[in-house]
Amino acid sequence: MQVEYSGDTMTLNMGPQHPSTHGVLRLELKTDGEVVAEAIPHIGYLHRCFEKHAENVDYAGVVPYTDRMDYCAAMNMELGYVLAVEKLMGIQVNNRVRCIRIIMAELSRIQSHLIAAGTYGNDIGSFTPFLWCFRDRETILDLFEETCGARLLYNYNWIGGLMFDVKPGFEKKVIDFIDYFEPQVDNLNKLLSDNHIFIKRTANVGIMPPETAISYGVTGPNLRGSGVKFDVRKDEPYLGYEEFDFDVPVGLGEHGPVGSCWDRYMVRIREVKESCKIIRQAVARMTPGDVHEALPKRLKPPAGEVYMRTECPRGELGYYIVSDGGLKPYRVKVKSPCFTVMSAFREISRGAMIADIVAILGSVDVVLGEIDR
Amino acid sequence: MKPEEIAALLVEKFGTGILESKSDGLLPFSVVEPAGILDVCGFIRHDERLQMDHLECLSGVDYKDRIEVVYTLYSMKHRHRYTLKVRLPRENPKVHSVESFWGVANWHEREAFDLLGVAFEGHSDLRRILCPDDWEGHPLRKDYTFPKSYRDMPV
Repeated sequence: MQVEYSGDTMTLNMGPQHPSTHGVLRLELKTDGEVVAEAIPHIGYLHRCFEKHAENVDYAGVVPYTDRMDYCAAMNMELGYVLAVEKLMGIQVNNRVRCIRIIMAELSRIQSHLIAAGTYGNDIGSFTPFLWCFRDRETILDLFEETCGARLLYNYNWIGGLMFDVKPGFEKKVIDFIDYFEPQVDNLNKLLSDNHIFIKRTANVGIMPPETAISYGVTGPNLRGSGVKFDVRKDEPYLGYEEFDFDVPVGLGEHGPVGSCWDRYMVRIREVKESCKIIRQAVARMTPGDVHEALPKRLKPPAGEVYMRTECPRGELGYYIVSDGGLKPYRVKVKSPCFTVMSAFREISRGAMIADIVAILGSVDVVLGEIDR
Repeated sequence: MKPEEIAALLVEKFGTGILESKSDGLLPFSVVEPAGILDVCGFIRHDERLQMDHLECLSGVDYKDRIEVVYTLYSMKHRHRYTLKVRLPRENPKVHSVESFWGVANWHEREAFDLLGVAFEGHSDLRRILCPDDWEGHPLRKDYTFPKSYRDMPV
């Protein structure tokens, strides 16, 4: 967007306590009238140095810490970590564990995208979608609670297996939910995605060109919103995702330039439907088995290092783990998708209106617990 | 390209600027001489055969006798990956910033500076990112001692 600045700028602090930041984030806005010449993010308000904690507990003890990074998608956070350690130790899990992990990861993706869509509508000024999304999310949390006793922070994925097997009748409940939920996505589209006001607020705002996205290491729905077809589940499959039939939706720019806030939002909505497809297939593939079969007697990986990445709801989550052959990790480094997208925020918000800052921030869908770690 | 091909290509281009390569195992990598990091990254970023346009991760590791900065790279075009490392002394570690090749390096390097005390030369905005500006020490150093208080508040 081409704007003329008068040169008379004012500094305005948005946050750390601002409802649209979904956490504690401070944006230092250099405003020229209503136009934002520069939006500088300041992070670290939730920093607790998770990586230092991880060096002082054993390998299994790190899992609950990973839950607390992205608390909206804890299941995916711990999955990435356990897969990294399993790769380091060369552990192979059986088909049942793989299927349950995929079902849990995709259910978690659906509920995380429901939070993103619901709160985004709320930020833009429509309240009803928020209630609809949270109503449907509740069923998924009930399924998690029934399986592992926790609704938000699970510690369910263990290195080499799972905490518990699923309860009898779980598969039917999941399929019943998917049957009920798929039409709800169309209802949400009627209510929010195709809403004229919503499109006007989001379709020409916060354009992220694909080159910017790649240079700033943006991943996940935000990268795909810019039209880049990249998904770790397809391009570097783990857990046997290569055997599943699903599409990777990208931003198409139906209502404006590709890479707008609306495109990023819409990629999430389309992804939810793909997740439903994956869950149906995973339920059909479930075979009997013991979920504790591959649990190691002693968690002591050989000396070495590993980088493992998985596709989380918010993008590509990478774990870089260095082992010195001891009982505790020597170093755990987390590449957080929200951290990288936040570093691009200054680029994509330049020249926006103050009200549009809220629209851009909601569209990149960050969780501060994961940025600050 | 396969990791061993990338390693061979780097050795062919930079000779003794590549100190060590390991092409097998879980994480194939090459160790680059700190002074040459800018040239190697420019090559690996722009060369037609490599085109590593995605800096996935930049981590610092304190090995008690040295500090390593690890660059995990990926190519969106060729869909291949490789890892570069530089080894720095623990006293006053310094290496040139790679911000000019990957925008995301700006924040990753600020994090490595904040938590490990690696100084990135030529960085546009090198200040703490996660800890408060007046925090003392670098928490991810292995010999870091936790402060008892911060601004008269018990920690």
